[in-house]
Amino acid sequence: MKRLQYMSVRLLQGLAALLVIATANFLLVRAAPGDPVSIMAGEAGASDAQFVSQLRQQFGLDQPLPTQLANYIGHILRLDLGYSYRQQQPVTDLILDRLPATLLLTGTAFALSLALGITLGALASRNAGRWVDSAVTVVALVFYATPLYWLAMMAVLLFTVQLDLLPAFGLFTVGADLTGVDRVLDISRHLVLPAGTLGLFYMAVYARMTRASMLEVAQMDFVKTARAKGLAPGRIQSHHVLRNALLPVVTLAGIQAGGMIGGAVLTETVFAWPGIGRLMFDALLQRDYNLLLGCFLFTAAMAVLFNLITDLVYTLVDPRIDLG
Amino acid sequence: MKRRNLLQAGSAALGLSIAGVPLHSLAQARKGVVNVLVQPEPPGLMMGIVQNGPTQLIAGNIYEGLLRYNDKLEPQPQLATSWTVSPDSKTYVFKLKRNVKWHDGKPFTADDVVFSCDVFLRKTHARFRASLVHVESVKALDPLTVEFKLKQPFGPFMGIFENGTMPMVPRHVYEGTDFLNNPANATPIGTGPLKFKEWVKGSYIHLVANENYHQAGVVNVESVYFHVIPDAAARAAAFESGKVDIAPGGTVEYFDVDRLAKLPGAAVTTKGWEFFSPHSWLWLNHRAAPMNNVKFRQAVWTAIDREAIAKIAWYGFAKPATGPFNSHIAFASDNVAKYPRDVDKAKKLLAESGYKGEKLRLLPLPYGESWQRQAEIVRQNLAQAGIKIEMVATDVAGWNQRCNEWDFDLAFTYVYQYGDPALGVGRNYTSENIAKGSPYNNVAGYVNPKVDQLFAAGAREGDPGKRRAIYLEAQKILVDEVPVAWLHEINFPTLYRSRIQSIVSSGIGLNDSLGRVKLA
Repeated sequence: MKRLQYMSVRLLQGLAALLVIATANFLLVRAAPGDPVSIMAGEAGASDAQFVSQLRQQFGLDQPLPTQLANYIGHILRLDLGYSYRQQQPVTDLILDRLPATLLLTGTAFALSLALGITLGALASRNAGRWVDSAVTVVALVFYATPLYWLAMMAVLLFTVQLDLLPAFGLFTVGADLTGVDRVLDISRHLVLPAGTLGLFYMAVYARMTRASMLEVAQMDFVKTARAKGLAPGRIQSHHVLRNALLPVVTLAGIQAGGMIGGAVLTETVFAWPGIGRLMFDALLQRDYNLLLGCFLFTAAMAVLFNLITDLVYTLVDPRIDLG
Repeated sequence: MKRRNLLQAGSAALGLSIAGVPLHSLAQARKGVVNVLVQPEPPGLMMGIVQNGPTQLIAGNIYEGLLRYNDKLEPQPQLATSWTVSPDSKTYVFKLKRNVKWHDGKPFTADDVVFSCDVFLRKTHARFRASLVHVESVKALDPLTVEFKLKQPFGPFMGIFENGTMPMVPRHVYEGTDFLNNPANATPIGTGPLKFKEWVKGSYIHLVANENYHQAGVVNVESVYFHVIPDAAARAAAFESGKVDIAPGGTVEYFDVDRLAKLPGAAVTTKGWEFFSPHSWLWLNHRAAPMNNVKFRQAVWTAIDREAIAKIAWYGFAKPATGPFNSHIAFASDNVAKYPRDVDKAKKLLAESGYKGEKLRLLPLPYGESWQRQAEIVRQNLAQAGIKIEMVATDVAGWNQRCNEWDFDLAFTYVYQYGDPALGVGRNYTSENIAKGSPYNNVAGYVNPKVDQLFAAGAREGDPGKRRAIYLEAQKILVDEVPVAWLHEINFPTLYRSRIQSIVSSGIGLNDSLGRVKLA
């Protein structure tokens, strides 16, 4: 009951935050020079007053700003994200179209980075001070410090151009028309490089966090007690130390998860992965207001949601934590 | 043996496959399939409504115009087989080809031509409207004959039938509908050698061969895929790794073009841009000092090292411009004053102009790395002559906005000249074309009544000899007054696999040649 009450309060707070975010974004995108009409007129290579006024009317830009804002908020409250005049499709369709690809990429990278990061961090902390620890720390530092764009391009150069081992562009092999298991395998092959490069950065973060956290927890009294009781060292590490050390990792994971939807722009751009990050970036360059605002709102909603989920996960990991 | 070849040979021998597709055939291109880069992804494929570059690259193979143009811009029959011009140059009669079918099987007739010109394009196509003002009437004399009557002779009239200026659209799909919002815009129907198959947004566009194309033996490809790869370096890697076969001009940075053209099996051509004749220059905003002073403008043009820019920024794929006319268009002449680079002369002109050393804002064209480099070189050149420049940071939308609203001192641009001064040059120098809202009209704000008069006379004149004299005079005046500092004729290089033949078969290049390529 208490949990339900807590969740309802948090959800209402989240909705209020989203409304403020939507309004602020609406005003913010119009602050940038240029608008979708001038872009389309510029791309056409020629334009006249009739062309421009036709487009303005079609895009709804000929109305005064407060009217446009009121219309927009009204649509948001009805869960209607609007229409992208440039792409001639409803914004919701465009976002949902790209959502599976993004979730696949960031979800895989997330799982990979978490699994690998925690494992390496635990390994390093167990062997603290020895060469295994140094190796893990150096590897983590390298992947943390290396710019993601460079890492991605190097991966493409090595694995696709030089070695021809893995495909680097897109979601699947265009024109092969594969179905079933073959399609799954094809997509998996295309997923290796993008998910790998994206995952390696966060792996570094989790590895360092886990190592530091575990080292700290290993000093605590209850660990000494467990050792005194005669429990196996392995069991102490996995059941006592790791579980208690995971809280900071959960925090970081929650932040990463919240940023999952829109945060992979660089990776999606280099690997031509048809995700939402790229959709947002293109919408920004084209000043496609409705699409851009729709993406912003969607990613903000995801961030709010994952914030809530992270707080709930805390209680699962550590029953001592009290909600509210 | 290269790793790639080893893998191929090994996998072929072992009958290995990945994802069910035999490895060795994945590695080489499949027969009859051509992969092309497109950048950026077009907003739409209905060529009557959307006229930007990527749309024309793709939809130019779906839609056709009445005529096609070769690399000398001479009209060739396409949907029209022959034409006659009346002695007073005011009546043009076109005979249409028999048995042409739209992609949905319906017949193409003169009624489609009348509808396209008089109703559809009149509403949607800004550039065509500028030519349409000269037309008094369009009539279908019979199902295979169309008559255009002009108000007065219009010199470039035979040059406006290209499929980007006047695409034929199906009347039976669009008549009586809201053109801009017709759902058929998502599945374009034309008469061209390729048909629309599929568009996976963000990934690729798929066109297939039109088996019922009205010219036999022309369509030799099965499928053409246009891949959307948003990063420039990734596009170069895609060509290098064999994922794409054709990189149209502008999709790969110039420093990569040089390198990729040297790969085995790769080739490069600069043909296919004769109709568009891209011309680049530096706008000078005449509404503010010192740009309104002719000596200052002459100083700017004299200070810029066009040869060095062509070599360094464009890797040789550009030719320094001598004036307002691109050398490919009709009536271009280099019998005009020359302004070779001369820093001392520039300094002298600058002193005479009364320039007081104020900082001027330079708006670069943010289309890619090569344009940025050009901007940097120009800034250095101008600094050497004593002109202080401040670069404005901008993206494409910002550049559009600032040009539209005249919010700049100096700004880079390039435009297409469409083969004729009346179609693509006059709009930049005549006073009637001064209007906010477009980056392609007389953005500089240059006013010279004599120039206005010359361009008006040239458009109305039917006789080529008289037009040549008129435009020569106009070019001489413009080169003396330097309303803008002309930079280069850009020769966009198209990278392709050398096994693809006839890659460019017209003056608009890939835009209507992709359906006609032959794969060796």
